[in-house]
Parts: sequence; C-alpha cells; structure tokens
Amino acid sequence: MEEFAALIDALVYTRSRNEKLRLIAEYLQATPDPDRGWALAALSDGLDFPAVKSSTIRNLLKDRIDPVLWTLSRDFVGDTAETASLLWPAPEEPPSPPTLSETVGLLDAMNRKTVLTELPLLMDRLDASGRYALLKLATGGMRIGVSSRLAKTAFAQAFDVSVDEVEEYWHGLKPPYPELFAWAADGEDPPDIENLPTFRPFMLAHPLEETVVDLEDYAAEWKWDGIRVQLVRAGGETRLYSRSGDDISATFPELLDVLPMNAVLDGELLVRGSTQGGEAGGAASFNALQQRLGRKTVSKKMLAEYPAFVRLYDVLLLEGEDLRPQPWTQRRERLEALASRLPASHFDISSVVEAADFEHLSRIREGSREDAIEGLMLKRKDSPYIAGRRVGYWYKWKRDPLLVDCVLMYAQRGSGKRSSFFSDYTFGCWDGDPDKGADLLPVGKAYSGFTDEELKKLDKHVRQNTINRFGPVRETEKKLVFEVAFDSVHESKRHKSGLAMRFPRIHRIRWDKPPHEADRIDALRALIAD
Amino acid sequence: MRAPFSWIKPEPHGIYIEPADCWVDPSRAVDHALVTHGHADHARGGHGRTVATPETLAIMELRYNTREGATPVEYGETIRLKGGVDATYIPAGHVLGSAQILLEHAGERVIVTGDYKRREDPTCPPFEVQKCDIFITEATFGLPVFCHPPIEEEMAKLLDRLRAHPDRCVLVGAYALGKAQRVISELRRAGHKDPIYLHGAMEKMCRLYEEHGVDLGELRLVADHGKDDMRGAIVVCPPSALNDRWSRRLPDPITAMASGWMRIRQRARQRNVELPLVISDHADWGELTRTIREVDAHENWITHGREDALLRWCQLHQRRARALALVGYEDEDD
Repeated sequence: MEEFAALIDALVYTRSRNEKLRLIAEYLQATPDPDRGWALAALSDGLDFPAVKSSTIRNLLKDRIDPVLWTLSRDFVGDTAETASLLWPAPEEPPSPPTLSETVGLLDAMNRKTVLTELPLLMDRLDASGRYALLKLATGGMRIGVSSRLAKTAFAQAFDVSVDEVEEYWHGLKPPYPELFAWAADGEDPPDIENLPTFRPFMLAHPLEETVVDLEDYAAEWKWDGIRVQLVRAGGETRLYSRSGDDISATFPELLDVLPMNAVLDGELLVRGSTQGGEAGGAASFNALQQRLGRKTVSKKMLAEYPAFVRLYDVLLLEGEDLRPQPWTQRRERLEALASRLPASHFDISSVVEAADFEHLSRIREGSREDAIEGLMLKRKDSPYIAGRRVGYWYKWKRDPLLVDCVLMYAQRGSGKRSSFFSDYTFGCWDGDPDKGADLLPVGKAYSGFTDEELKKLDKHVRQNTINRFGPVRETEKKLVFEVAFDSVHESKRHKSGLAMRFPRIHRIRWDKPPHEADRIDALRALIAD
Repeated sequence: MRAPFSWIKPEPHGIYIEPADCWVDPSRAVDHALVTHGHADHARGGHGRTVATPETLAIMELRYNTREGATPVEYGETIRLKGGVDATYIPAGHVLGSAQILLEHAGERVIVTGDYKRREDPTCPPFEVQKCDIFITEATFGLPVFCHPPIEEEMAKLLDRLRAHPDRCVLVGAYALGKAQRVISELRRAGHKDPIYLHGAMEKMCRLYEEHGVDLGELRLVADHGKDDMRGAIVVCPPSALNDRWSRRLPDPITAMASGWMRIRQRARQRNVELPLVISDHADWGELTRTIREVDAHENWITHGREDALLRWCQLHQRRARALALVGYEDEDD
C-alpha cells in the first residue's frame, strides 16, 4: 500500500504527461501480481466497493470530530477523501500497512454495516498519504489527473505492446487482469474476446471550429440529441453500452432481443416522438429520453410512454467480420444493407445530409435549431473506424449556442481542481421589469467557461459580496452579469422559473454591465425548442 | 457611564481606537495608523503618521517609499496616544519586525495580533503570550485540516529532491517578505552551504534582512548567471514567478512552493507545484487554539481567514468569540 500511496502522491503533483506515464509504467514493472493489476484497475476506474460511499466516510468522521468543523473543512478542501485523511486522528500504534491486494480484499468483504467498524481499522494502519490513497481507492474515481486512457497507455508502454490492442481486450477482462499481464508481461497468448459481448472503444470527433472541409472528401450527418450507444451481440447475448463503456442494458430491455445477428453497432439512442426527424419517423427531445436514463428497472408504462430505438451511425463488426479497417463509405454501404434487415420498430439509420458545398451545408446547419438537433457530424469518407479521437477524420460541428444575460445569485465552492474556490454559480433572469421591483428567479447553474484568472476574480467577488450563507452556499449581492451560453432550454420543475438550460456555461463575464440590463425570463422562455 | 470596550471599534477598514483617533492596520490611508507588520494587506502607504517597529518601518520604506511620519517603537516599548490610550508592541513571530499591539485604556486591555505564528523562526523573535481582556486574532489557517509539519521535515524533503536531480534546479516559490528569508535561513541551519540563487524581486528584501542581522549565507542573482551555474542549486522566487516565462532561463526547474496552503493537494495542483513544502508564517489550527487557550482572554475577536471554524471551536470550548468583517485582508501567498 505504501508504494501505491507514493505513486498516487507523485501523480497528483506531476504535470507532465510523459512523466506520469513513466511513473505508472515503472510501478507496473516493479510491482508483483496481483497488486499491480489492482493498481491498474484503480487508475482506470475499474474498481467499485459498494459498501464505501462518500457518506460512509462523512459519518465515520462526524463520530470523531465536531460535525460543524467537519463540514467547514470538507467545504474548504473540496474533497471528502482528502479531508478525512487529514482529519483522521493519528493512531497510537505505529502503522502496519496492508498490501494493496489485502486492502482490496478487505474493502470487498465489507458491507454497509461492517464498513463502520472495518474501515476505521484499516485507516489506523496507514499514514495520511496512505489514508488518502485508501479512501480514493475505496470510493472510486481517483480524480488525480490520470484518465483511464493514460493508465492503459502507461501499461502499453511498460510492456511494449500496442495501446489499441489493450483497449480492444480491456472490456472483456476483469481486475486484476491476470490474462492481460500474462499476455503483455509474460508473452502468453492474447485474451480471447471473440465470443464475448464486450464494448469496443468508440471513434470520437474533434470540434470543427475554424476548419473548412471539402465535401468531396467528407460526408455530413446530423448530430442527434440523444446519447451515443454501442449495441453488441455475441455469444448469444446482446448488450447496450454508453459512450464511456458502461453497460446500460438493464435500462433498455426492449433493445436486447431485436438484433438478429452477431454485430457491433454504433448509434444514437433516442425515444420516439415528433421533434427530431428521421426516415422512419421522429424522435423526442433529449428531455424525453432523460425520463428513461439512469433507471435500474423499467416499468411497462415507461416502456410504452417512452419507447427507445437506435438511430444507426456505423457498423464495427458484423457476423465475425471486422469492418473497422474499411473506409467509411464501405462501412456505410454495409450499414445500409444491414439496416433493412433490422426491425423498423427499434432501428433506423441516421441519414446523410446532402449539400452542394460547405457554404450550403453551413446554411442547413443554421436552420437545424428547431429540429432539436445538436448540429452536424462531418466524417472523412475514407476514414477507418479508430478508437478515440484522431485529427482529421471526424468532426463535430455543433450549432452556435444560445446566449442570454443572467445575474449571479448564489455561489458554492467547487471540487477537484477548483477546490476551495467559489466556482459553481447559480444565476437568474428577471421575472419582469427590474426597475419596477421585479425579482430575479434562478434559471441555471454553471461551473465552466472561465479561465483560472477569471476564477480568482470571481471567487474574490463572491467573498466580498456575500449577503447570506446557507451552509456551503453563499448568496451574493445581485450585481454581476454573466453572458451564459447554452444549447437549448426546456420546461422544468427544478427551478422556480420553470425553465432549465442544457449545457449552460459562462460565455463572458460582464463586469461592465449593470444588472438591471440582464435578460428577463420571457426572453429565455421564447427560446424553448419543444 | 461608558460601556466597556466601547473605545475600540472594529470597522470594515480596520480597527479604530476612538479616543486616540487612530487605526490599527487600516486598509486605506488615514491620519494616524498603528501597523503590526510590513505585509501589503496590513501596511500601506499614505498615512499621516505610522507607528511601527523600526524593522517594519524599514520594510515599509523599501516597499512603499514611506518615510514621512514614521514613528518607531521597539519591542516592549509603550507609547502614549491621544485620549489616554497606551500602545505596546510585542513580538508576534510572523516576520521580521512583526508585532502584536497591546492597547490599554481605562484599565481595559486589548491585543491586536496582526499575523502570528508559534513556531521558531531564525528571522524574528518568538510570539509572546500576554494576558488581555479582548484578544483580536487572525485565522488564516483556522481549520482543523491545517497542521504545519516540523520545518526540518520540509527542508529534508527539499534537499533530498535537490540531491536526486543534480542536473536540475529546485525553484522555490516563497513570499518575498518573510517566507523567502526564513526558508533560506532554515536551509543554512540544515547545513546547506551552497550559494542560493534569487529572483531579482527578492534581492532588496534579503539585503534588508541581512542589515538587520539575519545571516542568509551566499546569495546570487539569477540574472547574473547562466543555466549551467544553477544546476543542482536552489533558486528562490516570488510565487507569481513560478509559472512565469522568467523561469525558462533556469535548468529544467522542479517547481516547489513554500506555503501553508500546500497542505491541501488540490491547492498545490492549482499552482502547478511538483514539490509542495508545507511552511507557513501563520499559526496552524493547533497553534491558534493553543494561543486562545493560553491568552485566556475574556473575549476573542477573529479577523481574516477561516473565522467560521475558529468561532465554532470557541463555542465548543465555552469561550466568548465574534467574527469581524474586515475588508482588504487577503489570503496572501503564504
């Protein structure tokens, strides 16, 4: 555990990507099985200990320190695990740290009840660094600036294998990945995933920004406003995966027995409706799809009210054949032929948008707003299907955001990189004429879109203009205007204003603009798309 | 009869002593100011008359060109102000010249600490505990997560890293007044005799410390040397220069920062610090609570910092306390 804790600490303080890769690779080379496998799982978010939640840690600490002091500390530090590791009373005995494997075994054996006695015993065996590593490991999501991809790249670098190959096997394996280490470190046969319904990494797109492409070389498709999914059938089983590779099959049972052949398909998950046009009928807005997301069980009523289907973008594998090396045009032909063999109730194909030239396409994109479409995708016609984001192959060309001027109302401290700064802002619009006594009603919350320099200024603004405190929330003087950018706005019961924005972010900070010139609720309401 | 302690008034811009028509650490120019120490959020120019220790006055003259109206007071010396108020300057252990100010009027005693710490510091005399009725304390690190480790450990961390990378340098970001000189002194105490390189902005303050009897060993200016001279050396700069273009002239620097905030991992990350050194010139949580206990005042007033938590602690320990909303004090780069 000390070596793992030292690795975590070193990673926290290392900026350079190469240096991070070197640190992880050295650890993986030097550490025996299965410890290194568990470490790799921890760094790539592959571990889950359901008994240990942030609330568990909170409760343990509140038994040991005044709850108010705990809350103030947690609020300032911005990270439960770190706060707890700092506040944990030093054990009387000198610590006798467990190995990483022993730690994983003990954490895995805990349940909601035993965790309250077992976790403290483990904490007492570690120093502050060890406790931090333990709690990060136990609650999942290390948040130390190491992505899953970086951890896999370090693995590939440590044993001189290809990271694409690692990605390919990854989702068919479980921590501590003995087959993966046997293959990469000991030269044994690669893991066999052919007959497993495993997730294959998605091909992703870069934002187009200022680039102009020639439509001779690129095909355009709509970027639909649902969620990107992969539907996989192999070994007699069908699974549905989200963009991050999470298995969401249980949430959409209607899609699990409608694929008649072995295949890996890439598409957009949508629910039936009338706002997002398509060849085989329309889809509903993202708001409707949201009713179905995140549920572990689905009622008949839900299935009937919000029937889900997949709008197909691409085909990766088909009946034992790997189509990924083929150019997009050929995969598209195969996809079109395939789509006709699939039930129209649950599948349609994302149509290609025809345009005379880029200028024409640009006009089509501008007209796409009322269709609740996110924008356009541009795919190079000769592009193979490659995991991840490669420059020059696929571009996403989102429509321009909507903008509205709002007034800062409340602020809260952020976490992670923004810990201890007031970085989460709730803002509102006027519910009438502010000069005639109208009030501000909250319309959204944003925590991105500003630079680190601006964050410092905003943090200072909040601290100097606090008029009320509600636990961790500060109410501020209503005097700062944000130009807020967002993708769309919908009816919602979450805010008193009855409106909710999608992807709101701070577009500009209008230090110069008087608050009474900010927009009114009516102006925002007029932008509702569905 | 006058209400007790009505002669001392916490205002947004400082502590006002009414009978003397005088302010402690005012954040704007006033006719008559008592200044605890030379940091910019406590000392600023433009006052008609400034009462401070000779060291603090020298620092203020260097930083803000203030010379007029300077009235020096030695540690332990009492001066009589208007309206029957006595002010005594007591060591605060924060930086060179830093003082607590004991104010006495009509038999009532009030101490304004300014900033302070309880750890040993080779650059200034240690904090003295004095009894009083009202203790006005800072709370920069007023949260129980703040516990500054022994400075020897941090020095060892720094010197270990230096030895492990003989081709690089360690660039230490340290507040130009106080922290930098303390770090250099502690390095000397830890047996580090090599020349230490300075960012130009540090030079004058280091010289001032030396003139006041603080031995900093051999100091060199980065500007006078090439990359190769600085391999395997320690370079000290203000925190703002850490990620500045300036640091490109250094041989592959390892970025370190000496600050109490380095206790929090994310704070170190926010500043792109690779080697966090938890070194502070402010009292940590243990020192703050110990000081409140030892001073054992009738009432504690808590100024800038994490006042909420210290208030809570006072409440839990049956000590009277209130928070003062002073403006202009900032979390300096301590």
